[in-house]
Amino acid sequence: MNILVILVPSSLILGLGALAAFVWTLRHGQYDDLEGDAARILLDDDDTDPQEED
Amino acid sequence: MTLASCPECEAAGRAAKQAAVRDGLPSHELILPTIHCSSCIRAVETLLNARDDIAWARVNLSRKRVAISAVSDVDPAPWIGALAGIGFEAHEARGAGKVAQDDGLVLRLGIAGFAMMNVMLLSVAVWSGASDTTREFLHWIAATIALPATLFCAQPFFVSAWGALRGARLNMDVPISLAIVLATGLSLYETMAGGGQTYFDAALSLTFFLLGGRVLETRMRRAARSAATDLAALEPNRVIRLDGDARTNCRVDDICAGDTLWLAAGSRVPVDGVLLAPEAQVDRSALSGESDAISVHAGDTLTAGEVMLSGPVTLRTTVDASGSTLRRLVQLAEIAEGARSRYTSLATKAAGIYAPLVHGLALAAFLGWYFATGDLYLALTIAIATLIITCPCALGLAVPAVSTVATGRLFRMGVLVKSETALERLAEVDTVVFDKTGTLSDSALVPDDDMPAQARSVLKALAEMSNHPLSRSVLDALEDIAPAQVDGISEHKGAGIKGVWQGLPVALGDAAWVGSGTGTVLQLGDRVFLLRRKERPLPEAAATLRALHETGLNIHMLTGDTRANADRMAATLDVDHVHAGVNPDMKQALIHDLQVAGSKVLMVGDGLNDTLALTQAYASIAPGTALEASQNAADVVLLGQHLSGIPAVLHIARSARRRILENFGLAALYNMIAIPLALAGFATPLMAALAMSTSSITVTLNALRTRAPS
Repeated sequence: MNILVILVPSSLILGLGALAAFVWTLRHGQYDDLEGDAARILLDDDDTDPQEED
Repeated sequence: MTLASCPECEAAGRAAKQAAVRDGLPSHELILPTIHCSSCIRAVETLLNARDDIAWARVNLSRKRVAISAVSDVDPAPWIGALAGIGFEAHEARGAGKVAQDDGLVLRLGIAGFAMMNVMLLSVAVWSGASDTTREFLHWIAATIALPATLFCAQPFFVSAWGALRGARLNMDVPISLAIVLATGLSLYETMAGGGQTYFDAALSLTFFLLGGRVLETRMRRAARSAATDLAALEPNRVIRLDGDARTNCRVDDICAGDTLWLAAGSRVPVDGVLLAPEAQVDRSALSGESDAISVHAGDTLTAGEVMLSGPVTLRTTVDASGSTLRRLVQLAEIAEGARSRYTSLATKAAGIYAPLVHGLALAAFLGWYFATGDLYLALTIAIATLIITCPCALGLAVPAVSTVATGRLFRMGVLVKSETALERLAEVDTVVFDKTGTLSDSALVPDDDMPAQARSVLKALAEMSNHPLSRSVLDALEDIAPAQVDGISEHKGAGIKGVWQGLPVALGDAAWVGSGTGTVLQLGDRVFLLRRKERPLPEAAATLRALHETGLNIHMLTGDTRANADRMAATLDVDHVHAGVNPDMKQALIHDLQVAGSKVLMVGDGLNDTLALTQAYASIAPGTALEASQNAADVVLLGQHLSGIPAVLHIARSARRRILENFGLAALYNMIAIPLALAGFATPLMAALAMSTSSITVTLNALRTRAPS
């Protein structure tokens, strides 16, 4: 029982962390162009893309 | 970062660009229908970002668009020209920067997923034997997560269910909402009473699975819709206005009555007006279906939607852009589209059977157990367990899963399904009615048979130098001819092409511009050859009609053209039922008659004269070359003129309908096992969780079997 008091909150905090990360990616439009992102990993120079630079 | 290796000036330019990036939204959006890979992205972005008048450009491959932030508000024509120079077709999108957001739904999905996984972990602990205080502790934590998560995530279902109930209807969201609310309520009561069975995980996984289905469905439909809008935007929305001697490139929307417009040969009349040039030839097929060119003279009325075959000409507008015939037809089609929602979808029909049945069973269980045992709590628990376990999940996913797969497969084939119920209606079609002009056939300029071979090769050399649609159509007839050596070629915008061949001046273009007569001519020194417009079937037309005929469909051809032209085309394409010389109202009436006789009619048409027929028919398809009004009226739009998409659409629609019915069958099968158990009082939260996940997965896997014809 005692161990649950530590384990349950810590698993929840980890889960909430992942949720926060998901919300952040969503807010920053990372799911707007899934096909484009898949294709972009094949480009060797990221320099052509000024949006990445800010 | 390459800042260190950059010359100073470049770094400065980049800094200025970055400042503009921070300013936010893109000012322009271009549609790039042909981009498909990473090198396309690189080519487009490198070209655009190197320009001084562009702050930044970013390609969105999924939407086949590039968002551009310009340094100031400028005309995108030079960018489009530059892109054409490296081989990318580009068009200006209307309403740049307005992107429909479905982030709310995705956010809900994410939260539901988080809550479901955590609660499921806690539930597994309970199922595997936690007892007393530990179980109570776990239940309370589950309740703390599940309550706010369910209330927030299931909102779309509650809203839709409430809307349906207020309108005295039943949709699938009613039993879903009821199951979620009752499961959460019962579990909360159990938690507070220190009881043993909570259904928090069931409520959350139901929400999660159904939200997943809904997110995928909206994404797919939005992709198809936005592609269809892009297609409509291919109609040029800029024209050249003459203010005295000055030429202004202005938007069609900004045209007022009384403006003078300059139109090149091959362009569409944007707004109704009167011809100022002494004489011109127009193609009226979009309005009337006639395939022959029509001569008009100064003072004659030109209607929006007609195509100028000779030019350049000037015209004086008689109405504002908003009052043009074209715009009025677009609005008419929008009104008609709303009227078609009378079709009841399979999902609604299923909900109409399922909801009363399950709710009735739950009520019967409650009454039965209450009178048999006198225990109100037990009777209520069993009734609620019945509602939870009857798999609204499988039923809720049955249609969205299949329609997502089918719409996605069609999207990749270049077929855009715009209407939600289009696939279901297409599956039932037994008669296909085609419009002739523009749908099954187009018109091309062809040299007369007596034109000498040398003239043909000069013609090819000149026509190859231009991207003009009329030149392209000339080339189709000259495939096996080698082009002659023509020097000093120059294109005179809107009029024609000139050059020098073996010391002789040669020209291809408008007769009035070359020197004499009307129509399009080829000049060779002092000899002039007339190029005639001739109607020809589209390359895929014959094969498509044969394929449709083989699947047992009745095929009709409707046209506003003359009987002779219609019969000639019908003989070439082997169509049995031909109706010639019909006006738009008669087209609609003909389809109405077919429907009264019991046929389910699919109308395929592109002209403005087809819009009424498209909305009247049970289902409708428009080719991508159709005008905006016709595309709006149609359920399905084909990219380009690929008629071969039509048999594929019908095949996938039938396959999708079978999968949906199978999914309903699967859901019924689960219920046949689950309902007796629940009624007998044996249902447990673990069983509910198992039934829900298994049925959702089975239904989704079955949906993936929706196939395109091999």
